[in-house]
Amino acid sequence: MHDKQVRRRRAVLAALVAVSLILLTAYFGESPSSPLHSVQRGIVQVLSPVQDGASKALAPVRDVAGWFSDTFRAKSRVDQLKKQVADLTQRLGQAQQKAIGYSQLAREVGLDNSNGIDAYHPVGAHVIARDPTLWYATIEVDKGAADGVHYDNPVIGDGGLVGRVTTVTSNASIVTLITDHSMAVAAEVQDSNGDTGVLVPAVGNPNQLLLQYLPQTPPFHESVGQLVVTAGFKYGPLEGLYPSGIPIGTVSNADTNNLANNGQVQVDPTVDLRHIDSVQILTTPHPGAARAQVP
Amino acid sequence: MNRYLHLTVRLLALAFATVVIQEVALSQISIFGVSADLTSLVVMSVGLLAGSVAGAIMGFGTGLLVDLVLVQTLGVTSLLFIAIGYWSGRLRELRDPAHALVPLALGAAATAFAGLGMALMQFLLGVESPVSVLLLQQIIITVLVNSLIALPVYALVRRILSPVLPEDPRRRRRRAYTTGGLSPLQSPSHRLGPIPRSSPR
Repeated sequence: MHDKQVRRRRAVLAALVAVSLILLTAYFGESPSSPLHSVQRGIVQVLSPVQDGASKALAPVRDVAGWFSDTFRAKSRVDQLKKQVADLTQRLGQAQQKAIGYSQLAREVGLDNSNGIDAYHPVGAHVIARDPTLWYATIEVDKGAADGVHYDNPVIGDGGLVGRVTTVTSNASIVTLITDHSMAVAAEVQDSNGDTGVLVPAVGNPNQLLLQYLPQTPPFHESVGQLVVTAGFKYGPLEGLYPSGIPIGTVSNADTNNLANNGQVQVDPTVDLRHIDSVQILTTPHPGAARAQVP
Repeated sequence: MNRYLHLTVRLLALAFATVVIQEVALSQISIFGVSADLTSLVVMSVGLLAGSVAGAIMGFGTGLLVDLVLVQTLGVTSLLFIAIGYWSGRLRELRDPAHALVPLALGAAATAFAGLGMALMQFLLGVESPVSVLLLQQIIITVLVNSLIALPVYALVRRILSPVLPEDPRRRRRRAYTTGGLSPLQSPSHRLGPIPRSSPR
Protein backbone atom coordinates (compact mmCIF):
# COMPACT_ATOMS: atom_id res chain seq x y z
CA MET A 1 0.00 0.00 0.00
CA HIS A 2 2.81 2.39 1.02
CA ASP A 3 4.88 1.50 -2.05
CA LYS A 4 1.87 2.17 -4.24
CA GLN A 5 1.46 5.63 -2.71
CA VAL A 6 5.16 6.42 -3.18
CA ARG A 7 5.04 5.29 -6.81
CA ARG A 8 1.93 7.38 -7.45
CA ARG A 9 3.46 10.45 -5.82
CA ARG A 10 6.65 10.16 -7.87
CA ALA A 11 4.69 9.55 -11.07
CA VAL A 12 2.58 12.69 -10.52
CA LEU A 13 5.70 14.75 -9.82
CA ALA A 14 7.52 13.41 -12.87
CA ALA A 15 4.48 14.02 -15.09
CA LEU A 16 4.08 17.63 -13.91
CA VAL A 17 7.77 18.42 -14.39
CA ALA A 18 7.73 16.77 -17.83
CA VAL A 19 4.66 18.77 -18.93
CA SER A 20 6.30 22.01 -17.71
CA LEU A 21 9.51 21.26 -19.59
CA ILE A 22 7.60 20.34 -22.76
CA LEU A 23 5.59 23.57 -22.55
CA LEU A 24 8.75 25.60 -21.94
CA THR A 25 10.61 24.03 -24.84
CA ALA A 26 7.66 24.24 -27.24
CA TYR A 27 6.85 27.84 -26.31
CA PHE A 28 10.43 29.05 -26.48
CA GLY A 29 10.95 27.82 -30.04
CA GLU A 30 7.61 28.95 -31.42
CA SER A 31 6.73 32.06 -33.37
CA PRO A 32 4.17 34.56 -31.98
CA SER A 33 1.49 33.17 -34.31
CA SER A 34 1.89 29.58 -33.06
CA PRO A 35 -0.90 27.60 -31.29
CA LEU A 36 0.49 28.07 -27.76
CA HIS A 37 0.72 31.82 -28.23
CA SER A 38 -2.82 31.84 -29.64
CA VAL A 39 -4.08 29.95 -26.58
CA GLN A 40 -2.29 32.48 -24.38
CA ARG A 41 -3.91 35.41 -26.20
CA GLY A 42 -7.30 33.68 -25.87
CA ILE A 43 -6.83 33.32 -22.10
CA VAL A 44 -5.84 37.00 -21.84
CA GLN A 45 -8.94 37.97 -23.81
CA VAL A 46 -11.22 35.88 -21.59
CA LEU A 47 -9.66 37.06 -18.34
CA SER A 48 -9.21 40.74 -19.15
CA PRO A 49 -12.85 41.70 -18.26
CA VAL A 50 -12.42 39.88 -14.94
CA GLN A 51 -9.14 41.69 -14.31
CA ASP A 52 -10.68 45.00 -15.34
CA GLY A 53 -13.58 44.53 -12.90
CA ALA A 54 -11.29 43.37 -10.09
CA SER A 55 -8.94 46.28 -10.77
CA LYS A 56 -11.78 48.77 -10.33
CA ALA A 57 -13.09 47.00 -7.23
CA LEU A 58 -9.66 46.90 -5.59
CA ALA A 59 -8.73 50.46 -6.57
CA PRO A 60 -9.48 51.87 -3.06
CA VAL A 61 -7.08 49.35 -1.49
CA ARG A 62 -4.35 50.34 -3.93
CA ASP A 63 -5.07 54.03 -3.40
CA VAL A 64 -4.75 53.79 0.38
CA ALA A 65 -1.46 51.89 0.13
CA GLY A 66 -0.25 54.26 -2.58
CA TRP A 67 -1.12 57.32 -0.49
CA PHE A 68 1.33 56.35 2.25
CA SER A 69 4.21 55.55 -0.09
CA ASP A 70 3.53 58.63 -2.25
CA THR A 71 3.50 60.92 0.80
CA PHE A 72 6.89 59.67 2.01
CA ARG A 73 8.31 59.92 -1.49
CA ALA A 74 6.85 63.37 -2.14
CA LYS A 75 8.42 64.87 1.00
CA SER A 76 11.85 63.66 0.00
CA ARG A 77 11.50 65.09 -3.50
CA VAL A 78 10.28 68.62 -2.75
CA ASP A 79 13.72 70.28 -2.65
CA GLN A 80 14.93 68.34 -5.67
CA LEU A 81 11.88 69.38 -7.71
CA LYS A 82 12.19 73.05 -6.71
CA LYS A 83 15.72 73.14 -8.15
CA GLN A 84 14.51 71.29 -11.22
CA VAL A 85 11.70 73.83 -11.82
CA ALA A 86 14.15 76.74 -11.65
CA ASP A 87 16.50 75.03 -14.09
CA LEU A 88 13.71 74.03 -16.47
CA THR A 89 12.18 77.52 -16.49
CA GLN A 90 15.49 78.94 -17.66
CA ARG A 91 15.87 76.24 -20.30
CA LEU A 92 12.28 76.69 -21.49
CA GLY A 93 12.97 80.30 -22.42
CA GLN A 94 16.01 79.27 -24.44
CA ALA A 95 14.11 76.40 -26.08
CA GLN A 96 11.19 78.61 -27.08
CA GLN A 97 13.58 81.03 -28.73
CA LYS A 98 15.23 78.16 -30.61
CA ALA A 99 11.85 76.68 -31.57
CA ILE A 100 10.81 79.89 -33.31
CA GLY A 101 13.99 79.90 -35.35
CA TYR A 102 13.65 76.17 -36.07
CA SER A 103 10.09 76.47 -37.37
CA GLN A 104 11.10 79.33 -39.68
CA LEU A 105 14.03 77.34 -41.06
CA ALA A 106 11.94 74.15 -41.38
CA ARG A 107 9.39 76.01 -43.51
CA GLU A 108 12.15 77.49 -45.68
CA VAL A 109 13.84 74.15 -46.44
CA GLY A 110 10.59 72.09 -46.48
CA LEU A 111 11.64 69.75 -43.61
CA ASP A 112 9.52 66.58 -43.24
CA ASN A 113 8.12 66.42 -39.65
CA SER A 114 5.71 63.54 -40.23
CA ASN A 115 7.59 61.19 -37.87
CA GLY A 116 6.95 63.37 -34.82
CA ILE A 117 4.57 62.52 -31.98
CA ASP A 118 1.93 64.92 -33.35
CA ALA A 119 1.32 62.58 -36.27
CA TYR A 120 0.07 59.82 -33.93
CA HIS A 121 -3.36 59.33 -32.44
CA PRO A 122 -3.11 58.75 -28.65
CA VAL A 123 -5.51 56.29 -27.02
CA GLY A 124 -5.79 56.53 -23.22
CA ALA A 125 -5.71 53.24 -21.28
CA HIS A 126 -5.69 52.08 -17.67
CA VAL A 127 -3.26 49.52 -16.28
CA ILE A 128 -5.31 46.51 -15.13
CA ALA A 129 -2.51 44.08 -14.28
CA ARG A 130 1.25 44.00 -14.06
CA ASP A 131 4.04 41.49 -13.85
CA PRO A 132 4.53 40.66 -10.18
CA THR A 133 8.08 39.38 -10.59
CA LEU A 134 11.22 41.41 -9.99
CA TRP A 135 11.75 41.79 -13.69
CA TYR A 136 8.98 44.35 -14.32
CA ALA A 137 8.71 43.24 -17.91
CA THR A 138 5.07 43.77 -18.83
CA ILE A 139 1.82 45.49 -17.93
CA GLU A 140 -1.68 44.78 -19.19
CA VAL A 141 -3.95 47.66 -20.26
CA ASP A 142 -7.68 47.79 -20.94
CA LYS A 143 -7.56 48.88 -24.60
CA GLY A 144 -7.18 46.52 -27.53
CA ALA A 145 -7.75 46.05 -31.24
CA ALA A 146 -11.33 47.36 -30.94
CA ASP A 147 -9.87 50.75 -29.93
CA GLY A 148 -7.45 50.88 -32.84
CA VAL A 149 -4.44 49.46 -31.01
CA HIS A 150 -1.97 47.48 -33.10
CA TYR A 151 1.09 45.35 -32.47
CA ASP A 152 4.26 47.47 -31.94
CA ASN A 153 2.40 50.70 -31.14
CA PRO A 154 4.54 52.92 -28.86
CA VAL A 155 3.21 53.56 -25.35
CA ILE A 156 3.86 56.71 -23.32
CA GLY A 157 2.78 57.85 -19.88
CA ASP A 158 3.74 60.08 -16.95
CA GLY A 159 5.81 62.29 -19.26
CA GLY A 160 7.95 59.69 -20.94
CA LEU A 161 8.29 56.49 -22.95
CA VAL A 162 6.83 53.39 -21.26
CA GLY A 163 7.27 50.66 -23.89
CA ARG A 164 5.48 49.14 -26.85
CA VAL A 165 2.48 46.88 -27.46
CA THR A 166 3.54 43.25 -27.92
CA THR A 167 0.23 41.37 -27.63
CA VAL A 168 -3.17 42.59 -28.74
CA THR A 169 -6.58 41.09 -28.08
CA SER A 170 -9.91 42.69 -28.92
CA ASN A 171 -10.33 44.35 -25.52
CA ALA A 172 -6.87 44.34 -23.88
CA SER A 173 -3.19 44.62 -24.73
CA ILE A 174 0.09 43.58 -23.19
CA VAL A 175 2.73 46.32 -23.10
CA THR A 176 6.37 45.31 -22.86
CA LEU A 177 8.18 47.92 -20.76
CA ILE A 178 11.43 49.61 -21.72
CA THR A 179 13.09 47.70 -18.85
CA ASP A 180 12.43 44.35 -20.57
CA HIS A 181 15.55 42.63 -21.87
CA SER A 182 14.11 42.42 -25.38
CA MET A 183 13.74 46.21 -25.73
CA ALA A 184 16.11 48.56 -27.56
CA VAL A 185 15.31 52.14 -28.52
CA ALA A 186 17.21 54.55 -30.75
CA ALA A 187 17.83 57.53 -28.49
CA GLU A 188 19.42 60.95 -28.62
CA VAL A 189 21.04 63.04 -25.88
CA GLN A 190 19.72 66.59 -25.95
CA ASP A 191 23.06 68.30 -25.45
CA SER A 192 25.04 70.51 -27.76
CA ASN A 193 26.38 67.48 -29.70
CA GLY A 194 23.07 65.62 -29.98
CA ASP A 195 24.83 62.22 -29.83
CA THR A 196 22.65 59.23 -30.68
CA GLY A 197 22.89 55.66 -29.42
CA VAL A 198 20.82 52.62 -28.56
CA LEU A 199 19.08 52.54 -25.20
CA VAL A 200 18.86 49.12 -23.53
CA PRO A 201 17.71 48.16 -20.02
CA ALA A 202 19.89 47.10 -17.14
CA VAL A 203 17.84 43.96 -16.49
CA GLY A 204 17.07 43.31 -12.84
CA ASN A 205 17.43 47.00 -12.07
CA PRO A 206 14.22 48.83 -13.01
CA ASN A 207 15.75 52.20 -12.15
CA GLN A 208 18.53 52.01 -14.69
CA LEU A 209 18.92 52.13 -18.47
CA LEU A 210 22.10 52.09 -20.55
CA LEU A 211 22.68 54.26 -23.60
CA GLN A 212 25.12 52.31 -25.76
CA TYR A 213 27.10 52.76 -28.98
CA LEU A 214 27.88 56.41 -28.27
CA PRO A 215 30.87 58.06 -29.92
CA GLN A 216 33.76 57.46 -27.52
CA THR A 217 34.84 61.08 -27.54
CA PRO A 218 35.21 62.85 -24.20
CA PRO A 219 34.17 65.12 -22.63
CA PHE A 220 30.74 63.56 -22.20
CA HIS A 221 30.52 64.33 -18.47
CA GLU A 222 28.93 67.67 -19.38
CA SER A 223 25.87 65.69 -20.45
CA VAL A 224 25.08 64.44 -16.94
CA GLY A 225 21.56 65.63 -16.18
CA GLN A 226 20.70 66.13 -19.86
CA LEU A 227 17.48 64.74 -21.25
CA VAL A 228 17.53 61.60 -23.42
CA VAL A 229 14.73 61.37 -26.00
CA THR A 230 13.73 58.97 -28.72
CA ALA A 231 15.69 59.63 -31.91
CA GLY A 232 13.09 58.47 -34.40
CA PHE A 233 13.95 58.11 -38.04
CA LYS A 234 12.23 58.00 -41.41
CA TYR A 235 13.80 56.90 -44.65
CA GLY A 236 11.36 56.61 -47.53
CA PRO A 237 8.67 54.07 -46.60
CA LEU A 238 10.75 52.79 -43.66
CA GLU A 239 10.33 54.48 -40.28
CA GLY A 240 11.28 53.80 -36.67
CA LEU A 241 8.94 52.26 -34.10
CA TYR A 242 9.01 55.34 -31.92
CA PRO A 243 8.36 58.92 -32.99
CA SER A 244 11.14 61.38 -32.26
CA GLY A 245 11.25 63.59 -29.20
CA ILE A 246 9.62 61.39 -26.55
CA PRO A 247 11.52 61.82 -23.26
CA ILE A 248 13.03 58.57 -21.96
CA GLY A 249 15.24 59.68 -19.08
CA THR A 250 18.19 61.76 -17.99
CA VAL A 251 21.89 60.91 -18.10
CA SER A 252 22.80 59.97 -14.52
CA ASN A 253 26.38 58.81 -14.87
CA ALA A 254 28.90 59.31 -17.67
CA ASP A 255 32.02 57.58 -16.42
CA THR A 256 34.97 58.40 -18.68
CA ASN A 257 36.44 54.87 -18.58
CA ASN A 258 33.09 53.23 -19.26
CA LEU A 259 32.48 55.62 -22.14
CA ALA A 260 35.92 55.07 -23.64
CA ASN A 261 35.82 51.26 -23.31
CA ASN A 262 32.14 50.46 -23.89
CA GLY A 263 30.71 53.65 -25.38
CA GLN A 264 27.86 53.70 -22.87
CA VAL A 265 26.40 55.97 -20.17
CA GLN A 266 23.78 55.33 -17.50
CA VAL A 267 20.30 56.83 -17.85
CA ASP A 268 17.59 57.17 -15.19
CA PRO A 269 14.13 56.62 -16.72
CA THR A 270 11.68 59.52 -16.58
CA VAL A 271 8.71 57.28 -15.85
CA ASP A 272 8.33 55.46 -12.55
CA LEU A 273 7.31 52.14 -14.05
CA ARG A 274 6.41 50.68 -10.65
CA HIS A 275 3.66 53.22 -10.01
CA ILE A 276 2.17 53.96 -13.41
CA ASP A 277 -1.64 53.68 -13.47
CA SER A 278 -2.58 55.00 -16.89
CA VAL A 279 -0.82 55.25 -20.24
CA GLN A 280 -1.37 56.53 -23.76
CA ILE A 281 -1.00 54.19 -26.70
CA LEU A 282 0.18 56.00 -29.83
CA THR A 283 -1.76 54.33 -32.58
CA THR A 284 -0.05 54.16 -35.93
CA PRO A 285 -0.41 57.22 -38.16
CA HIS A 286 0.24 55.27 -41.35
CA PRO A 287 -1.24 51.74 -41.05
CA GLY A 288 0.64 49.29 -43.19
CA ALA A 289 3.81 51.35 -43.41
CA ALA A 290 7.01 49.41 -43.04
CA ARG A 291 8.45 49.91 -39.58
CA ALA A 292 11.78 48.95 -38.14
CA GLN A 293 13.32 48.48 -34.74
CA VAL A 294 16.89 48.88 -33.64
CA PRO A 295 19.25 47.15 -33.54
CA MET B 1 -14.64 10.77 -3.53
CA ASN B 2 -16.97 13.66 -2.97
CA ARG B 3 -14.44 15.22 -0.57
CA TYR B 4 -11.68 15.06 -3.23
CA LEU B 5 -13.99 16.73 -5.73
CA HIS B 6 -14.69 19.53 -3.28
CA LEU B 7 -10.97 19.88 -2.57
CA THR B 8 -10.22 20.15 -6.30
CA VAL B 9 -12.89 22.81 -6.81
CA ARG B 10 -11.60 24.84 -3.87
CA LEU B 11 -8.00 24.55 -5.07
CA LEU B 12 -9.00 25.74 -8.55
CA ALA B 13 -10.92 28.70 -7.14
CA LEU B 14 -8.05 29.51 -4.77
CA ALA B 15 -5.47 29.44 -7.59
CA PHE B 16 -7.60 31.69 -9.80
CA ALA B 17 -8.37 34.19 -7.04
CA THR B 18 -4.73 34.28 -5.94
CA VAL B 19 -3.42 35.07 -9.41
CA VAL B 20 -6.05 37.77 -10.04
CA ILE B 21 -5.50 39.47 -6.65
CA GLN B 22 -1.73 39.27 -7.09
CA GLU B 23 -1.72 40.93 -10.49
CA VAL B 24 -4.55 43.38 -10.07
CA ALA B 25 -3.89 44.63 -6.55
CA LEU B 26 -0.77 43.38 -4.78
CA SER B 27 1.65 43.90 -7.64
CA GLN B 28 0.65 47.58 -7.73
CA ILE B 29 1.24 48.13 -4.01
CA SER B 30 4.86 48.88 -3.29
CA ILE B 31 6.29 48.14 0.16
CA PHE B 32 9.91 49.27 0.53
CA GLY B 33 10.14 49.26 -3.26
CA VAL B 34 8.88 45.70 -3.79
CA SER B 35 5.54 43.90 -3.93
CA ALA B 36 4.43 40.98 -1.80
CA ASP B 37 4.32 37.65 -3.68
CA LEU B 38 1.08 35.97 -2.67
CA THR B 39 1.28 33.11 -5.17
CA SER B 40 4.32 31.37 -3.70
CA LEU B 41 2.85 31.67 -0.18
CA VAL B 42 -0.46 30.13 -1.23
CA VAL B 43 1.28 27.22 -2.99
CA MET B 44 3.44 26.66 0.09
CA SER B 45 0.36 26.72 2.35
CA VAL B 46 -1.52 24.21 0.18
CA GLY B 47 1.48 21.86 0.22
CA LEU B 48 1.78 22.16 3.99
CA LEU B 49 -1.92 21.49 4.51
CA ALA B 50 -2.82 18.99 1.80
CA GLY B 51 0.42 17.09 1.12
CA SER B 52 3.01 16.79 -1.61
CA VAL B 53 0.80 15.64 -4.50
CA ALA B 54 -1.83 18.33 -3.96
CA GLY B 55 0.95 20.91 -3.41
CA ALA B 56 2.72 19.97 -6.63
CA ILE B 57 -0.52 20.06 -8.65
CA MET B 58 -1.48 23.40 -7.10
CA GLY B 59 2.01 24.71 -7.90
CA PHE B 60 1.74 23.59 -11.51
CA GLY B 61 -1.74 25.09 -11.95
CA THR B 62 -0.94 28.40 -10.29
CA GLY B 63 2.34 28.75 -12.18
CA LEU B 64 0.68 27.95 -15.49
CA LEU B 65 -2.05 30.52 -14.81
CA VAL B 66 0.57 33.18 -13.97
CA ASP B 67 2.47 32.44 -17.19
CA LEU B 68 -0.73 32.46 -19.26
CA VAL B 69 -2.11 35.70 -17.85
CA LEU B 70 1.18 37.59 -18.00
CA VAL B 71 2.04 36.23 -21.47
CA GLN B 72 5.35 34.89 -20.20
CA THR B 73 7.25 31.82 -21.36
CA LEU B 74 4.96 28.93 -20.43
CA GLY B 75 6.33 26.45 -17.91
CA VAL B 76 8.88 28.68 -16.15
CA THR B 77 6.79 29.64 -13.13
CA SER B 78 5.15 26.20 -13.10
CA LEU B 79 8.53 24.50 -12.63
CA LEU B 80 9.40 26.72 -9.68
CA PHE B 81 6.01 26.38 -8.00
CA ILE B 82 5.90 22.58 -8.46
CA ALA B 83 9.08 22.41 -6.38
CA ILE B 84 7.66 24.74 -3.71
CA GLY B 85 4.35 22.84 -3.41
CA TYR B 86 5.98 19.41 -3.48
CA TRP B 87 8.66 20.09 -0.87
CA SER B 88 6.21 21.87 1.45
CA GLY B 89 4.04 18.77 1.25
CA ARG B 90 6.98 16.43 1.83
CA LEU B 91 7.93 18.42 4.92
CA ARG B 92 4.45 17.82 6.28
CA GLU B 93 4.53 14.10 5.40
CA LEU B 94 8.01 13.44 6.78
CA ARG B 95 8.26 15.76 9.79
CA ASP B 96 4.68 16.82 10.45
CA PRO B 97 5.84 20.12 11.99
CA ALA B 98 3.42 21.41 14.61
CA HIS B 99 5.14 24.67 15.59
CA ALA B 100 3.05 27.76 14.91
CA LEU B 101 5.93 29.58 13.18
CA VAL B 102 6.61 26.86 10.60
CA PRO B 103 4.53 28.64 7.88
CA LEU B 104 6.57 31.79 8.45
CA ALA B 105 9.93 30.05 7.98
CA LEU B 106 8.65 27.99 5.08
CA GLY B 107 7.07 31.07 3.46
CA ALA B 108 10.40 32.90 3.62
CA ALA B 109 12.19 29.88 2.11
CA ALA B 110 9.56 29.53 -0.63
CA THR B 111 9.82 33.24 -1.54
CA ALA B 112 13.61 33.13 -1.63
CA PHE B 113 13.47 30.01 -3.80
CA ALA B 114 10.96 31.63 -6.19
CA GLY B 115 13.02 34.84 -6.50
CA LEU B 116 16.38 33.18 -7.00
CA GLY B 117 14.87 30.47 -9.20
CA MET B 118 13.20 33.05 -11.45
CA ALA B 119 16.50 34.94 -11.78
CA LEU B 120 18.31 31.71 -12.66
CA MET B 121 15.65 30.72 -15.21
CA GLN B 122 15.79 34.15 -16.84
CA PHE B 123 19.55 33.89 -17.21
CA LEU B 124 19.24 30.37 -18.63
CA LEU B 125 16.66 31.63 -21.13
CA GLY B 126 19.11 34.18 -22.46
CA VAL B 127 18.69 37.42 -20.55
CA GLU B 128 22.13 38.96 -20.89
CA SER B 129 22.70 40.73 -17.60
CA PRO B 130 24.91 40.28 -14.56
CA VAL B 131 23.28 39.68 -11.18
CA SER B 132 22.83 43.19 -9.84
CA VAL B 133 23.08 44.14 -6.19
CA LEU B 134 19.62 45.70 -6.46
CA LEU B 135 18.14 42.41 -7.66
CA LEU B 136 19.54 40.56 -4.63
CA GLN B 137 18.41 43.41 -2.37
CA GLN B 138 14.89 43.21 -3.76
CA ILE B 139 14.76 39.44 -3.32
CA ILE B 140 15.77 39.87 0.33
CA ILE B 141 13.16 42.60 0.92
CA THR B 142 10.48 40.48 -0.77
CA VAL B 143 11.39 37.61 1.55
CA LEU B 144 10.99 39.91 4.57
CA VAL B 145 7.67 41.32 3.34
CA ASN B 146 6.35 37.83 2.58
CA SER B 147 7.45 36.65 6.02
CA LEU B 148 5.20 39.30 7.53
CA ILE B 149 2.13 38.06 5.66
CA ALA B 150 2.96 34.32 5.65
CA LEU B 151 1.03 33.50 8.84
CA PRO B 152 -2.21 35.32 7.86
CA VAL B 153 -2.08 33.79 4.38
CA TYR B 154 -1.55 30.31 5.83
CA ALA B 155 -4.43 30.82 8.27
CA LEU B 156 -6.70 31.97 5.44
CA VAL B 157 -5.80 29.01 3.22
CA ARG B 158 -6.32 26.61 6.14
CA ARG B 159 -9.73 28.16 6.79
CA ILE B 160 -10.70 27.71 3.13
CA LEU B 161 -9.42 24.15 2.81
CA SER B 162 -9.96 22.61 6.25
CA PRO B 163 -13.60 21.54 5.69
CA VAL B 164 -12.60 19.43 2.68
CA LEU B 165 -9.16 18.17 3.66
CA PRO B 166 -8.90 14.39 4.11
CA GLU B 167 -8.32 13.40 7.76
CA ASP B 168 -4.70 12.49 8.43
CA PRO B 169 -4.45 9.48 10.84
CA ARG B 170 -1.19 10.65 12.39
CA ARG B 171 -2.51 14.15 13.02
CA ARG B 172 -5.74 12.77 14.49
CA ARG B 173 -3.75 10.50 16.82
CA ARG B 174 -1.52 13.39 17.93
CA ARG B 175 -4.53 15.62 18.56
CA ALA B 176 -6.14 12.92 20.65
CA TYR B 177 -3.00 12.60 22.80
CA THR B 178 -2.53 16.33 23.28
CA THR B 179 -6.13 16.76 24.35
CA GLY B 180 -5.88 13.73 26.66
CA GLY B 181 -8.18 11.62 24.55
CA LEU B 182 -5.90 8.58 24.25
CA SER B 183 -3.28 9.23 26.94
CA PRO B 184 -2.55 6.12 29.07
CA LEU B 185 -1.49 8.41 31.96
CA GLN B 186 -5.00 9.58 32.57
CA SER B 187 -7.87 7.60 33.94
CA PRO B 188 -11.19 7.69 32.08
CA SER B 189 -12.68 9.86 34.83
CA HIS B 190 -9.92 12.46 34.33
CA ARG B 191 -10.39 12.40 30.58
CA LEU B 192 -14.11 12.88 30.82
CA GLY B 193 -13.94 15.45 33.64
CA PRO B 194 -16.23 15.73 36.68
CA ILE B 195 -19.61 14.13 36.43
CA PRO B 196 -22.24 16.87 36.51
CA ARG B 197 -24.65 16.53 39.34
CA SER B 198 -28.29 16.73 38.65
CA SER B 199 -29.82 19.97 39.80
CA PRO B 200 -32.08 19.77 42.90
CA ARG B 201 -35.68 19.84 42.05
